[in-house]
Amino acid sequence: MTATVESAPYTVEEVCEHFDPVMGLEVHVELNTDTKMFCGCANAFGAEPNTNICPVCLGLPGALPRVNGTAVESAITIGLALNCQVRERSGFARKNYFYPDMPKNFQISQYEDPIVFDGYLDVPLDDGGTWRVEIERAHMEEDTGKSLHIGGATGRIHGADYSLLDYNRAGVPLIEIVTKPIVGAGVRAPEVARAYVTALRDVLRGLAVSDVRMDQGSMRCDANVSLKPKGTEEFGTRTETKNVNSLRSVERAVRYEMGRHAGVLLSGGTIRQETRHFDEQSGTTSAGRPKETFADYRFFPEPDLPPLEPSRDWVESLRAGLPERPWERRARIQTEWGLSDEELRDLVNAEALDLVADTVDAGAPPEAARSWWVSYLAQQANTAGVTLPELAITPVQVARVVALVGEGTLTNKLARQVVDGVLAGEGEPDEVVSGRGLAVVSDESALTTAVDEALAAQPDIAEKIRAGKTKAAGAIVGAVMKATRGQADAARVQELVLERCR
Amino acid sequence: MSWDTQRSGAGPVDSELVSLDAAELARRIHAREVSSVEVTRAHLERIEAVDGPAESGVHAFLHLDADGALAAAGAADRAIADGGPVSPLAGVPIALKDNLTTTDMPTTCASRILEGWRPPYDATVVTRLRAAGLVPLGKTNLDEFAMGSSTENSAFGPSRNPWDLTRIPGGSGGGSSSAVAAGESPLALGSDTGGSIRQPGAVTGTVGVKPTYGTVSRYGLVAFSSSLDQIGPCARSVLDAALLHEVIGGKDANDQTSVSAPLPPVVEAAQAGARGDLAGVRVGVVSEFSGEGYHSGVLAAFTDAVRVLGELGADVVEVSCPSFAYALPAYYLIAPSEASSNLARFDAMRYGLRVGDDGEHAADEVMSLTREAGFGAEVKRRIMIGTHALSAGSYDALYGKAQKARTLIVRDFTAAFETCDVLVSPTTPTTAFAIGERSDDPLAMYLADLCTIPSNLAGNAALSVPCGRSADDGLPVGLQVMAPALADDRAYRVAAAYEAATAGSAAGPRIPELRALETSR
Repeated sequence: MTATVESAPYTVEEVCEHFDPVMGLEVHVELNTDTKMFCGCANAFGAEPNTNICPVCLGLPGALPRVNGTAVESAITIGLALNCQVRERSGFARKNYFYPDMPKNFQISQYEDPIVFDGYLDVPLDDGGTWRVEIERAHMEEDTGKSLHIGGATGRIHGADYSLLDYNRAGVPLIEIVTKPIVGAGVRAPEVARAYVTALRDVLRGLAVSDVRMDQGSMRCDANVSLKPKGTEEFGTRTETKNVNSLRSVERAVRYEMGRHAGVLLSGGTIRQETRHFDEQSGTTSAGRPKETFADYRFFPEPDLPPLEPSRDWVESLRAGLPERPWERRARIQTEWGLSDEELRDLVNAEALDLVADTVDAGAPPEAARSWWVSYLAQQANTAGVTLPELAITPVQVARVVALVGEGTLTNKLARQVVDGVLAGEGEPDEVVSGRGLAVVSDESALTTAVDEALAAQPDIAEKIRAGKTKAAGAIVGAVMKATRGQADAARVQELVLERCR
Repeated sequence: MSWDTQRSGAGPVDSELVSLDAAELARRIHAREVSSVEVTRAHLERIEAVDGPAESGVHAFLHLDADGALAAAGAADRAIADGGPVSPLAGVPIALKDNLTTTDMPTTCASRILEGWRPPYDATVVTRLRAAGLVPLGKTNLDEFAMGSSTENSAFGPSRNPWDLTRIPGGSGGGSSSAVAAGESPLALGSDTGGSIRQPGAVTGTVGVKPTYGTVSRYGLVAFSSSLDQIGPCARSVLDAALLHEVIGGKDANDQTSVSAPLPPVVEAAQAGARGDLAGVRVGVVSEFSGEGYHSGVLAAFTDAVRVLGELGADVVEVSCPSFAYALPAYYLIAPSEASSNLARFDAMRYGLRVGDDGEHAADEVMSLTREAGFGAEVKRRIMIGTHALSAGSYDALYGKAQKARTLIVRDFTAAFETCDVLVSPTTPTTAFAIGERSDDPLAMYLADLCTIPSNLAGNAALSVPCGRSADDGLPVGLQVMAPALADDRAYRVAAAYEAATAGSAAGPRIPELRALETSR
């Protein structure tokens, strides 16, 4: 079957002349717990297929789930960070459907009584304002395995020659965070969608409960979009767009669906309630294989797991331990460091804010710390094709390099070589300094000897300096720096040259 | 298994060994009067003599592991010879219902869909048995996935009642009950979802116990209905059941529905009960469990049992549990609902049977073809009932209402246990019926569990102890004793007192001579 790609003839401004968009965003987050949701297998991305598996996560006959307490703690913490209420008694439920990569052919999830519910997130927008996104619920569930469909045109199960199944991901703890309908955003709906997912990602990163990597699937967003004619109350038929794998895609997918819906509705058509697939390349969505049957998941309480009854004390201790909200922290840092809005935005966009903050915490002055991350280290990351956080150097190591410069052991140029050494895996900054012999030559007698030798080698220049042409000293300084392989302090060399020619 | 008539004339020592209780066998083995290997060999010979052929023998076993059993027996003998402390049942043979996972034997649940499956892990109860030095002989027959009351739903053919080989041994655990009744094993494990340990116990004249829900780990029991399933002991005496109960019971981190409360002192209670004094024990006779559908011979045996309890000093009162009338319909919604989900995993993807994997069929077609070929009619019926009961349009009216009925049944028990220490009833309304008699009438089959189901729905303890023979047909009758949750010891005490008071009065041998085998050939 070939998917039909429809054009999106209307811009959001045109859409909003006729309609009000309504959105609902469902975000799945893989928790970064050591073990899976219901067994002791490692929760690790990228292992050899079918190595992190056991009778429980393979759903073998007779195996029973046991709840990962750390995952429950993460779920509660996420709920608290999203201003949710924590249910005193919640439970797991089975969601029944068949798919080859789902070992039990039911997913243990939560249904009528999610662990946290009724919250909100005040989302910072590009213009400095905020948009309150209301949270319906967040609940715990287990991830499925992964199918790799070989052959066929689409890479999907339909039409594939055969499929490979990897159950490493089966049973990885997931939190699904569901918004209430987001109404009234108008032309800003796509931006609000992106801003919400961005803010959510930042909050979760701050909680350190997930890697929140959309590119690796540890954070996934499904965007529900519908349009209602302006001035009416009843929501239109919605579509659910999946495979939205970046923040930018969230915005694009919502914008595309708004335009597509308007095109269909304004030409007298009706929207079919369906799941759509976002295509990163074209920025369009296409209908999935139409479901032949109405999906009835036959939820019922999971009989293998007792209800969850988190104690009030536990919840309150988790609440007390919540970190500062990322944007509040940002505002504080901006004031403390005296950054312009633009400087702050550059730091955030480069994913450098936390790195700089941690470098400052490790003792570096804010300006030096910022400078290292946004210039030299940013270049190195760019060259290596990785993000700044992925660069093989830690804020503590950067702070040490800054300190070595501050105390005169390194020049800036040498410091860059030390950083190169750290990135190349040569060890800690001090190890690179001694390993490469990079410390500044600060032995005065050695420097003086080097200066005298340089002067003797170029008597004509020495004569010019003695005649008062101090600019000529540069050539001698250059020769000394060359002779010391750049490890001398150039300013001190300049002083010595002038001294010796007096 | 080969059928060798010469074996049935085994020597007198062997005949005696296979008729002894587990406690007596353990005593002799630990005193080194006989070795575990000798005891095990005697049981293997008995199995060889009476179990086959599948078409006409007892057919209690689906798989026999003679080598493994003799090795385990040898290890038990060495541990005893070393003089170290051994568990009370070390060296005693046991049979395992074939819905318990075992690493060294297949686990089939008597289903084609799992034929030949070898689990990579042992059920917790199996781990505990091995650690206690018991000797697993093999895996016993059952109704497919424990769904049935006769073992006629086994994909591998029914087991037969050792007291009359034309009759059913009960179900679903008819393999375990008939193995114990026939002297093929002194002990067995079963699983009881609606009566699958107690009803087979009743119709084979053996003891069957459903412990309090959550006191024996279900990890490694292939789930039928998770909120009802409970593993328990099968034995020929109340004390033997209690000894086995203590080996398998207790909290297990792998089963989050297992409870932390200490296991009730069941062995102590069985020993105390055997002294025959029930003074002050309040025994409630559930008035709803009589009348239409009950054999007169069963009711007469039951009435006589109640008289004996009174003579032992018990205060006998009649109690009414009106909501028990909802137990059967509620059960036949809840159990199939959970089963429809539990059995969804049998989809040909990872283990077991796979049909239609010929490059011509898509994955969902392979699933369907496999399930069509691999599941029997009763399993399909229950999957469909359960799928319907949980579906969006019927959930409230069916599954939801059944859960409300369940709550009412719990309340009836709670009220009854305010005035009674234990409740008693016939275990099942009739004696063993003939093979084939009810196989085309599922509703008639379901009635066999009328008296046992309420305790599964409420999760309390219940057991069946032999209560003589029916005057109608001379077949065994069972007395059910029910106790509150975590008060299993009360049921053991009453059952042991009754057992002691009636010992010797029952005519006939402890185990059948199985002459019928020869005539049936």
